[in-house]
Amino acid sequence: MTRHIVARTSEIPAGGNKVFGLDGRDIVVFHVNGEFFALLNRCPHEGAPLEKAACVARLTSPAPGIYQRDRVGEMLRCPWHGWEFDIRNGQSWFDPNRFRIRSYPVAVESGAELQKGPYVAETFPVHIEDNYVIVEV
Amino acid sequence: MSDVIDRPMLDQEKTAATRLKIIDCDIHPSIHSHSDLNEFLPKRWQQHLKEYGSHLRTPYIGTTPYPRSSPLIARRDAWPPTGGVPGSDLDFMRKQHLDPFDVEFGILQVLDLFIFSQQNLEFGAAIQRAINDWQLAFWAHRDPRLKASILVGQDGSDLGLAEIERCAKTGEYIQINVSPRANEPLGRRRYWPIYERAQELDLPLGIHVGGYGGHAPTGGGWPSYYCEEHQSNAHTVASNLTSLVLEGVPERFPKLKIVFIEGGFGWIPATMWRMDQHFERFRSEVPHLKRRPSEYVKEHFWFTTQPIDEPDEAKHLRQLIEWVGIDRLLFSSDYPHWDYDDARYAFKTPLTEAERRKIFNSNARAVYKF
Amino acid sequence: MAVTRIDCDIHPAVGGTRTTLLPYLSDHWKEQVVSRAIDGLDLNSYPPSMPLSGRADWRPADGRKPGSDLAMVQRGAFDQLGASHAICNVVYGAQAVFDPYMAADFCKAINDWIAAEWLARDTRLRASIVVPIQAPDLAVEEIERRAGDNRFVSILVPSQNEMLLGRRHYWPIYQAAEKYRLPIAIHAGSAYRGAPSSIGWPSYRYEYYLAEAQAFQAQTLSLIYEGVFGKYPGLTVVLMESGVSWLPAFMWRANKTWRGVRVEVPWVEREPAAIIRDHFRVTMQPFDAPMDATSVADIIDQIGSDKMFLFASDYPHWQFDGDDPVPPHLPAGLVKQMCEDNPLETFPRLKLSS
Ligand code: FES
Repeated sequence: MTRHIVARTSEIPAGGNKVFGLDGRDIVVFHVNGEFFALLNRCPHEGAPLEKAACVARLTSPAPGIYQRDRVGEMLRCPWHGWEFDIRNGQSWFDPNRFRIRSYPVAVESGAELQKGPYVAETFPVHIEDNYVIVEV
Repeated sequence: MSDVIDRPMLDQEKTAATRLKIIDCDIHPSIHSHSDLNEFLPKRWQQHLKEYGSHLRTPYIGTTPYPRSSPLIARRDAWPPTGGVPGSDLDFMRKQHLDPFDVEFGILQVLDLFIFSQQNLEFGAAIQRAINDWQLAFWAHRDPRLKASILVGQDGSDLGLAEIERCAKTGEYIQINVSPRANEPLGRRRYWPIYERAQELDLPLGIHVGGYGGHAPTGGGWPSYYCEEHQSNAHTVASNLTSLVLEGVPERFPKLKIVFIEGGFGWIPATMWRMDQHFERFRSEVPHLKRRPSEYVKEHFWFTTQPIDEPDEAKHLRQLIEWVGIDRLLFSSDYPHWDYDDARYAFKTPLTEAERRKIFNSNARAVYKF
Repeated sequence: MAVTRIDCDIHPAVGGTRTTLLPYLSDHWKEQVVSRAIDGLDLNSYPPSMPLSGRADWRPADGRKPGSDLAMVQRGAFDQLGASHAICNVVYGAQAVFDPYMAADFCKAINDWIAAEWLARDTRLRASIVVPIQAPDLAVEEIERRAGDNRFVSILVPSQNEMLLGRRHYWPIYQAAEKYRLPIAIHAGSAYRGAPSSIGWPSYRYEYYLAEAQAFQAQTLSLIYEGVFGKYPGLTVVLMESGVSWLPAFMWRANKTWRGVRVEVPWVEREPAAIIRDHFRVTMQPFDAPMDATSVADIIDQIGSDKMFLFASDYPHWQFDGDDPVPPHLPAGLVKQMCEDNPLETFPRLKLSS
């Protein structure tokens, strides 16, 4: 596992995302409900770029006509065929064990903390006053 | 399908796409706005469009009867950065689709303005003329890979025939497209003059799903949901196939090539089996048929592959392909729509190099004489 | 009894409302039927004289409709085709009339007639309850009326009605069906309320008959997506004379669509194919399969559930020649299952001893 400092927290707006090339992979980091989530930027179905996914609620229903929404914004709906994935672990809604997006641990740490290292951010200036998004790959 | 999880692009997949030189039989270009058509549309019809709009056999003026699964049924990543709707920007289409997939030829399928479903036949014909011109000016002339079809509404068949003549003269169109949901099933006599002319001109007849003919999308009535309507496209295609076969269109126009577009191909074997199974029983009702129905299908019809079926087991897809016949299949992506098939991953079953070449290129090359 | 072989789809024919059904109609409808000559309600789906509607050797010599003579049906379905039991499905225009009260009285008459003149005369026979599908509340009344009679083992509805069968409008019927352990038997047949396909009215009866398979597909999707099986988890639906070989590709496509668009119907929590395997059954005439053994094996494998298949001859419809209604190349184990175990499981009221 390598810890990459990918961005200042302020660089990924709430409700948005940003893609980073880490170890030869495109990884997309979402900022949802005050938390950050990192996933491979490719849908396991046919490879759609998940940075274009819609962040939607987790939708369930006990009976026809009743729509139960929770974890608003924490499901990714693929920009192509609409498969839904849990942003926390990449699992697909319809078959969580078989179909999932590779997800990566994310941490937010202060610049002060990061000064202590170790981290991979050769070209990334870290300031004590900022907070940073760390992705483990 | 179990190998698709967390799969970085394999080298072989990268090269598979480029090695193939794909012929994509279903690409949807779009107008930016109605004004794109102004240079091709007489003032009288521009005015009509503005004041009266599209008169279709559907409840709303601003959208389709069943709300689609995404805006403008498009992939969410297909909106051009320059603005405009998906499919409206040639440069972006090149960058997102034509170049990375090494599309050798792409066949344009225009669905704008529900071009075939206009109740006012003169207006429909004017729009079709404008769109036919626009396809050349905005697309085919700007990128020689892109090929245009002559769109004609078959219910104003005199207007349609005139439009076929006008366009065919240019020698630039590769297909004649008609509506899948016309006033009557496609095999009926009233449409034969169009088929006769297509045969004479040696232009395949293209039938792309969609449009509104006023009938419920299913024989059981109107569904409540888009997920039902979407699957009913396969019913529409199957019904048209049986209509064309049973009315004897291939028997009467033996050189006519008919291509069903965006109907998928899962439904074909069972449709052929069912036709054949009951042929003897009904033979005296269709004495003009000289052969078993499936024999006509296997000679006169082609099918684009999208939306491809995704059985859980790869061997099932393989069986399906063999039942349909490799030779009948033409790859299509449906770019930029949401139910798009990616050329690299759509066929989740092993194909030999020769089979791949047929489906992704040489079958279409032969049908369209590229 | 040697072998248990339950034929899940045979067709006794109603001669007419002024003949067969007259004694069973209410006084009002008796008078109406006679004074207004309300008759000739054979469905356009099955003109009796059409070859498919009656195999030559199953047509009464006097020109009456195939399936109208009990003795002949007994000889055909039992002696010749080897059934030990058979379920009578009366496909008749009562379910297509526009007047809901006329429909209800005609359906009631059909059920009374079948009970008195068929079920009472041959204990091997069972029947589906013919319900006025036009008016669900009246249909429920008819179901309640028959609920105590275990010889009625299912509820018959046509494949093409005024609207798709999944709609809430019809749910009271499913509630009653579940309560009385009556599967819904959807049988080919149209009320001709709309064109049999999205492309319009076909020229040929052949063409219409082919399109029936798609109507069944639409009904299947409708029942699933409207959430009927979540609401009535004990409900079983039998597709009768639907054709069978379309199932695999149909299920693949349904799964694919559901995966992407299930937000429309979040109450559908499992793949449509899984729901189909659990809740749907199909009669095996016609099978509409290719003639080679490998393809037959592939189709069975693709469908993925041996429980779905039900033996049926479709007597007197002419689906096959000879004496064996079992489609060729089915594995022996499957044949046994579809003749006995599956029907018994599907039609829980079908107690062999009764
Ligand atoms: S590529 Fe994501 S659902 Fe198909």
